[in-house]
Amino acid sequence: MTEEDLRNLGEHVAASLGEAVSDVRVVHGQLQMVAQAEKIREVLRFLRDDPSCRFVCFTDICGVDYPQREKRFEVVYHLLSPSINARVRVKAPVGEGETIPSVIEVFPGAEWFEREVYDMYGVFFTDHPDLRRILTDYGFNGHPLRKDFPVTGFVEVRYDEDRKRVIYEPVNLQQAWREFDFLSPWRGEPAVLPGDEKASAAQEKQQDEGAA
Amino acid sequence: MRKQDEKPIFIRPGEPETMVSATAAHRASLVGINDALADKGFITTTTDDLINWARTGSLMWMTFGLACCAVEMMQAAMPRYDMERFGFAPRASPRQSDVIIVAGTLTNKMAPAIRKVYDQMPDPKWVISMGSCANGGGYYHYSYSVVRGCDRVLPVDIYVPGCPPSAEALMYGILLLQRKIRRTGTIER
Repeated sequence: MTEEDLRNLGEHVAASLGEAVSDVRVVHGQLQMVAQAEKIREVLRFLRDDPSCRFVCFTDICGVDYPQREKRFEVVYHLLSPSINARVRVKAPVGEGETIPSVIEVFPGAEWFEREVYDMYGVFFTDHPDLRRILTDYGFNGHPLRKDFPVTGFVEVRYDEDRKRVIYEPVNLQQAWREFDFLSPWRGEPAVLPGDEKASAAQEKQQDEGAA
Repeated sequence: MRKQDEKPIFIRPGEPETMVSATAAHRASLVGINDALADKGFITTTTDDLINWARTGSLMWMTFGLACCAVEMMQAAMPRYDMERFGFAPRASPRQSDVIIVAGTLTNKMAPAIRKVYDQMPDPKWVISMGSCANGGGYYHYSYSVVRGCDRVLPVDIYVPGCPPSAEALMYGILLLQRKIRRTGTIER
């Protein structure tokens, strides 16, 4: 599908779903839209059943945490349409403490993905038949992929020779935390790629000339 | 090192020198045994030696592959490196194995399970910790879900460094374990 076709498809989807979706556009050669969390089921059902969409292949659900946003989390659904050979990305913003309807009745394969998003971010899916943690330890506290979760967590395990079993203790790092990633774009000074400093220097020069 | 007049024995490409010399020493001891048998018709040894010989020569290992190290562990068991020529054969059950190779990242969730498997193994038993993650958490040392070294859960005998260690490195670890058993092994452990 060309970008033009995708844009037309996006217009069709936006016109049919009305206010349930917004910000429909083509990003990285793929269709992307923002859906209202409470309408996510209708949106996905439309994308699956509409004859010009037929996004029947459910690929993935993932979560994202944006602490600075009013609605903190974003649940992202990825679908594939084998008939028109296109993918679509549906983003649904969810605030902390808010819920989003489960899409299991549209795509039964979503069950474990929703459990994973719940496990990692603490987003609640209503009508999910079995919303338990899926990856983290039994009795785990917190949601590890939230930005405010400390990377070392709160507990660590060791075998206790007296009690003859593995026990949990508060984290006590024998090796102090060391930061090796000096060029990480996520923290510290903004990383300048080699060669990019010339571009900013040229821009500054231009600005100076303009001011003068 | 091999002596000059000794005939070179069968060497495969990539086989480390330590293995060659171990095999050469083994061959020399076999020649001695053969001479004694031909001369007297019997040989004598101590029970300790005999038991150690049996222990080092039939170390059945528990497969405990947890991550990518497991691929290198399988590679060491496959025909190119062929750990079974040292009597080091994989067993699928802890009740039949003597040594457990912790190959990969040990997570908090897995820790009670690996301890249970270790507890099920009959004495005498040994532990080989394979790779950075099992040795001390490695890449995931600061993670919220990873045990910072499997020695927090099991008593480790041999640490094999690497990420992942090559199959040769694991073989060297196994030979070191055999040497350790020969040196320290008694009937009681």
